[in-house]
Amino acid sequence: MTNTKVLLDPTSENAPAERSLSKRPETLIALTVGLLDISKGRGDIFLNRLEEKLTDTGIKVLRFKKPTFTKPAPVDLRHEIASKCDAVIEALAD
Amino acid sequence: MFERSWTDGLPVVPPTAERVRKMLGGTSRSADEIVVSVPPNLIECSVEKIAINAVMAGCKPEFLPVVISALETICTEEFNMHGVLATTMSVGPVFVVNGPIARDIGMNSGINVLGHGNRANSTIGRAVQLVINNVGGGGPGGVDRSTLGHMGKQGFCFSENELSSPWPSLAENRGYSSSQNVITAFTGEGPRLVMDQKSRTPESLIRTLAEHLISTVSSRVVVGMDAMLVLSPEHSARFHEAGWSKDRFLEEITGMMMIDTDNIIAGSGGIEEGLPAELKGMSLPKFRPGGLLLAQAGGPAGLFSAIIGGWLNGPSGSEPTSKEILL
Repeated sequence: MTNTKVLLDPTSENAPAERSLSKRPETLIALTVGLLDISKGRGDIFLNRLEEKLTDTGIKVLRFKKPTFTKPAPVDLRHEIASKCDAVIEALAD
Repeated sequence: MFERSWTDGLPVVPPTAERVRKMLGGTSRSADEIVVSVPPNLIECSVEKIAINAVMAGCKPEFLPVVISALETICTEEFNMHGVLATTMSVGPVFVVNGPIARDIGMNSGINVLGHGNRANSTIGRAVQLVINNVGGGGPGGVDRSTLGHMGKQGFCFSENELSSPWPSLAENRGYSSSQNVITAFTGEGPRLVMDQKSRTPESLIRTLAEHLISTVSSRVVVGMDAMLVLSPEHSARFHEAGWSKDRFLEEITGMMMIDTDNIIAGSGGIEEGLPAELKGMSLPKFRPGGLLLAQAGGPAGLFSAIIGGWLNGPSGSEPTSKEILL
């Protein structure tokens, strides 16, 4: 005789939707690249340098900034980046 | 259960239907009531799910209302539990319980108050962290990116020794009455000891406390991060016996923690960390107004207090958050 013990599930019981990553562009030439500053100290220094390098190569750059690094980017900001850019680079710095 | 990532690394109590049913007897709320949306995945969470995790943590049924209210304080925009989890800093939710419920459920506010050995203190915070992990999906190495962490992230909850102090409690300072059951959540590090065994006057002891508080998180951080000072009975007595009010204590210590920014500008003293040069020539407070929280607790003997350093405060970080406990 087996002694089976049934346990209640402590989890959300949700299976997160899995999405595949967007196809990576082979080149950034002729694309619009968003640079997202997450508002961490010195992230702007890193992004300024990236902007210089990308712009020198003829790539169009748009700059974005999260209100605070401690919270997820607001939905409107994410939508704006997705609708205006072909690729995005997010900077984390300290 | 460990292999399913349902635990915090320590053994848990198996959540059988019978145990969960008994746990639910600790609250007047119905099992299917959705009480919070748990970060980071913002999952709607029922009283029953909280009860399952409370069983696992080792809670008694009478602790359940405190666990539910603890979750209600941290699963808010103002507390920002998502950010508290995601930060690389060593912080987690610290809970202080005030009011009759703390005594009714046998919480410790005395010897070893910030340590182990009391079932309510040890399991309430633990149950909250299990809910964050199991329901919200926020575990170490996932959304929890803390570089070092601290042992209090296993669950950090204590009560204030409010009956033996003439000063208002933390909850009273936050707008509640002494008859209300209140839980306050603060984003904090592990506690750090402040030793002063010689001061016999409030004027001397307060200087020691201020000197230690100035180094909270970093002596070069001002205004942006809060702290909680846990004042022990023997240290508290220095102020009580001299007739100091809590307001006077806070006013005087604030005045002792005005920082000359020239000493903490980046590069000063050969240290690259610090404030930007444009803040030179100023005098800034170590803590924003209201940014020093004060709780009284600890064993009757010992001339020590403790500082629990905070995290980024305000709308861009985490606000201390209080809530009345619904039984």
